[in-house]
Amino acid sequence: MFKIEAVIQPAKLDVVKEALIEAGIEGMTILEARGHGRQKGHTEFYRGREYTIDLLPKIKIELVVSDSLKEKAVQAILGTARTGHIGDGKIFISPVEEAIRIRNDERGETAI
Amino acid sequence: MFRRAMKLLILLVFLGMPALAMAVAPDIRPSPPATQAQVAALEQSIRDAQTSGDNAWVLISAALVLLMTAPGLTLFYGGLVRRKNILGTMMQSFAMMGLITVLWALVGYSLAFGAGNGFIGGFEHIFLRGVSLAPNPNYGGTIPEQTFMVYQMMFAIITPALITGAFAERVKFSSMAVFLSLWSLLVYCPMAHMIWGVGGMLNTAGGRWPVFDFAGGTVVHITSGVAALVCALYLGKRAGYPQEDMPPHSLVLSFAGAGLLWFGWFGFNAGSALNAGPLATSAFINTQFAAAAGAIGWVIAEWMQNGKPTALGAISGAVAGLATITQASGFVQPMSALLIGLIAGVVCPFMVFRVKKFFGYDDSLDAFGVHGVGGTMGALLTGLFASGAINAVFGKDASGHPNPAGAIDGNWHQVANQAVGMGIGWSLSIVGTLALLFVVDKTMGLRVTPAEESVGLDLSQHNEEGYDLNA
Repeated sequence: MFKIEAVIQPAKLDVVKEALIEAGIEGMTILEARGHGRQKGHTEFYRGREYTIDLLPKIKIELVVSDSLKEKAVQAILGTARTGHIGDGKIFISPVEEAIRIRNDERGETAI
Repeated sequence: MFRRAMKLLILLVFLGMPALAMAVAPDIRPSPPATQAQVAALEQSIRDAQTSGDNAWVLISAALVLLMTAPGLTLFYGGLVRRKNILGTMMQSFAMMGLITVLWALVGYSLAFGAGNGFIGGFEHIFLRGVSLAPNPNYGGTIPEQTFMVYQMMFAIITPALITGAFAERVKFSSMAVFLSLWSLLVYCPMAHMIWGVGGMLNTAGGRWPVFDFAGGTVVHITSGVAALVCALYLGKRAGYPQEDMPPHSLVLSFAGAGLLWFGWFGFNAGSALNAGPLATSAFINTQFAAAAGAIGWVIAEWMQNGKPTALGAISGAVAGLATITQASGFVQPMSALLIGLIAGVVCPFMVFRVKKFFGYDDSLDAFGVHGVGGTMGALLTGLFASGAINAVFGKDASGHPNPAGAIDGNWHQVANQAVGMGIGWSLSIVGTLALLFVVDKTMGLRVTPAEESVGLDLSQHNEEGYDLNA
């Protein structure tokens, strides 16, 4: 089992979600986040004072997938979240030790 | 033949009608006692009708002015502070609605509008004794005096509420409540008495130095704006200011508040005519013109300075225009109001952007920059632009022509009177505010602790959160 964490542009959430569902992924967690990589922020003005905003809104998708679905999930995200510009985001993959379904205590890949 | 007959018939009918009328009409020659009674009854009906119209307008205006405090100011100020302080900020204005209402009824109205002396009213109207539903000829002779009292109450409520903008996000609720209550009695009431109260030394109608202040440019905006500056200087800056970014948490709320302030200001200015006649119309129009010109002025100034027109700039400009026209609203021609608004829209942002930055004081919501400066400019501009044709404030001469009012009519002396009023407003506010700040600070402590300031007023002062995003 692998955990896939993808930080993407908020505008891409709908298409990425659809692509993941189409790829056979049934569960995911969506978080509203702020952050930046090499993308610069912007300035805002309130009553003449300049404010530098360098934490930009992002969406983070967290998935735990079985080994067989890992590459399909990654391709689904890459295919839909990419615009070609700085700020597209990143994907991180890490191994997962255990997954448990709270409802009935199922464990392992069947719990995903 | 037939046509001629018809014409003759019509002619006869027309000529005959007066005769017919006289034949069927009652004998209307009355006997003398009945005439006097009838005339008296008719005169009473006329008075009642006039009262009905004037009272309706002033009552509505009172409600409009209260609207300016809540939700006008609560939203406008609330949106400008950080999220953790929204309820605390709103509570400060709302508290005035409760406290000042009671104080005004008990003693405030008497201190402001009782006879007293040149500086302050007396205690003859405490508990509103002697304030009945009959008109008081000194205070809007066609409306019940209680209408006048409740209308003025709304002004007494919003004036201290304006000051809260200067010390936003860092003052204890209890101390604020005590401080502003005392302030309203010791600074607002005397100022109101001096310019609007019978016997006041600056009274427009008979004071030693007659000051024109139609709706409170000096009484409300100068006193509160200068008090705001004193508070900002005395209390010091917010923790982290100016290095830490503290942008408004919701300009959406501020926008809504600004619209309500603009709307309510019609009651503030046009209601100050105390009748529903043409003077109210003039004040209404001047209010609209100055608000619009102020918004345009600020937007253009900011566009040129910072490259883009901001939403906050637009609404701030409108408020600046409104604050500046307040004193002049029932005295100037409409075109003067446009100019006055434009001046406000250009000078106030300069105060806020440059002067505040230069001196470094934390007038958090620009209460001084907008109201203090606007009120001061308005006081002087009124002396320049007051027109006897709009408001025959000094009466009329033998041929029925209004006597000169302001400089635009040739009476430059009025500018000096306005300056006297402005000077007294500034002095009274500085001295009174400083004294009260000192007393309340030493007895109760004014600022919240650093920990309380960090966690926010909502939690530290009220055990509440404005927004529970998880609910």
